[in-house]
Amino acid sequence: MKNLNAKIASIPMIFTALVIFVGCTAWTIYHSFTNSRLLPNNNWVGFDQYERLWDTKRWIVSVGNLAIYGVCSLVISVIIGFVLAALLDRKIRFEGVFRSIFLFPFALSFIVTGLVWQWILNPEFGVQKVLQSLGWENVTFDPLYNPDLVIYGILIAGIWQGSGLIMCVMLAGLRGIDGDIWKATRVDGIKTWKTYIFVIIPMMKPVFVTALVLIASGIIKVYDLVLAQTSGGPGIASEVPAKYVYDKMFNAQNLGQGFAASTMMLVSVAIVLIPWAYLQFGGKKND
Amino acid sequence: MSNNMQSSISIRDLKLSFGSFDVLKNLNLEIGKGEFLVLLGSSGCGKSTLLNCIAGLLDVTDGQIFINGKNVTWEEPSDRGIGMVFQSYALYPQMTVKGNLAFGLKNAKVPKAEIEKRIARTAEVLQIESLLTRKPAALSGGQRQRVAIGRALVRHVDVFLFDEPLSNLDAKLRADLRVEIKRLHHQLKNTMIYVTHDQVEAMTLADRIAIMKGGVVMQLDSPSIIYNRPANKYVADFIGSPAMNFYQGTLDKDNNFRGDGLSLSVTGYPFEEGRVAQNQQVWLGIRPEHIRSADAAQQCAVQMGAIVELVEPMGSDTQIWSVVDKQNYRFRVDGQTEMTEGDSIRIGFDPENLSLFDRDSELRL
Repeated sequence: MKNLNAKIASIPMIFTALVIFVGCTAWTIYHSFTNSRLLPNNNWVGFDQYERLWDTKRWIVSVGNLAIYGVCSLVISVIIGFVLAALLDRKIRFEGVFRSIFLFPFALSFIVTGLVWQWILNPEFGVQKVLQSLGWENVTFDPLYNPDLVIYGILIAGIWQGSGLIMCVMLAGLRGIDGDIWKATRVDGIKTWKTYIFVIIPMMKPVFVTALVLIASGIIKVYDLVLAQTSGGPGIASEVPAKYVYDKMFNAQNLGQGFAASTMMLVSVAIVLIPWAYLQFGGKKND
Repeated sequence: MSNNMQSSISIRDLKLSFGSFDVLKNLNLEIGKGEFLVLLGSSGCGKSTLLNCIAGLLDVTDGQIFINGKNVTWEEPSDRGIGMVFQSYALYPQMTVKGNLAFGLKNAKVPKAEIEKRIARTAEVLQIESLLTRKPAALSGGQRQRVAIGRALVRHVDVFLFDEPLSNLDAKLRADLRVEIKRLHHQLKNTMIYVTHDQVEAMTLADRIAIMKGGVVMQLDSPSIIYNRPANKYVADFIGSPAMNFYQGTLDKDNNFRGDGLSLSVTGYPFEEGRVAQNQQVWLGIRPEHIRSADAAQQCAVQMGAIVELVEPMGSDTQIWSVVDKQNYRFRVDGQTEMTEGDSIRIGFDPENLSLFDRDSELRL
């Protein structure tokens, strides 16, 4: 048996992973098929919890919000992160200063970011108030108080917080590209934007995968930002799945419903991750 | 610019500064059509910088660059009629070899049939036909550099620029590809400018070598003149392996050298024209292969007894490090030598083969 010591040393971690991740996940899935209320029980009710879940308006709104937030934040974060990184990579002055400024929001907790943006977007003393006092009397800009726009208000805060990190990842990727490649494209007469699209971005594929995983993990667990900015309001307009799970399990004493919702979140993650993992690791064998 | 027609590239008073630091200082260079010019120097001498200026990858501070009689000082690299090969190959990793060769041409809207024709021809010349569908990651270092040369070739330009193209290859491949580049030059007869820090590459490839130091060309001449009549002490020391032996001393009006344990007459020495004989402080340099030992030393004008300090067998020949009066004498003997450390031997040399440099100006006398 090779590396026996290493295997012995990793037993605690393997044990933890099995019990916490696999064990608890299985336990949760099992109990999502019961009518557990305050305490877990074993009264099997089949798919009842799931039927109730998908009949609940609040859950449907949550899923819709997550979809909008997810797609927008994925696309916008990648674009903003890449563009900022590309601009910083053009050998500008005071690069260190700009890098710190762009990365700074990432150092704040979501609660702080949420509160700050709640104030900025608050019509009483935020952007709207400033614009009105400057003379644009009829301007209304209160996304957090408009049920149709509230998720975009949250999106702004999320992107403000997350883009800096993506920029850093992208910048590291850009810096990893050999300077001779840029020279070669100039001798070949390729325009800068074409070089980015046809040469640089394809070379940065692993960096983009890393960035997507980072963003995706942030999307699925978005919770504290919503809590700080709107607490899910107005009404239920800015509810998200993670908040639904938390509220059902710890406020409504409805464990079964919470388990069903969290199982649905697991399924959605699996739908994204399994094809990705298959492409990333399964594809290697064919090479 | 009619007086320019013979020159392929003409560089006039070229200056490049980064802040207050001058990388290139009023550099002038004329490169003939079809000439193979090697820019040689240690790192930081400005040779790559000069090449990048010619390519247009760096903006010059002052001066002008002409290619084929046309002032290209402010032209984009792609409009200068040059092809360039880089040390790190700089192939586009996501494209096949064919894609790499075609990318620039497609972008320049060259007709498809023409692209196909050029790629086929280039692949034939470089013997990379079987690699066209592969990606760079599936190629060896030598094959990658061949593709990179191909990318310069398909552009159908008059001037090729090489930026240390062989430095990333192992010794065997480097020698092979060096010969191939020379063959390519004979076949295509393009103007080539080749940057390297390897004096073997410079000596074997060049029609003329420009030795650079501190942003200035120290000497621009054919390899044999650079080797046999170096213009100053730096060039003499830089070219040749093992390096030239140097001794300090004084040269009197009657051309007698005295110093570092040596006393000899250099009347047979081929002085530069226009030299006025005078008392002066000089460096005396002797190439290792001009020092003879054992029986051959008996016929030399200058002879002395030496102790062998170190023997370095190189196979085909052996380098001997010997000592006379605390002065080192490095020289080369046949690989089959019986000399061992501690031997007492006779060594000698003839004054015609010396190099003399002024101690202050370090220029050749």
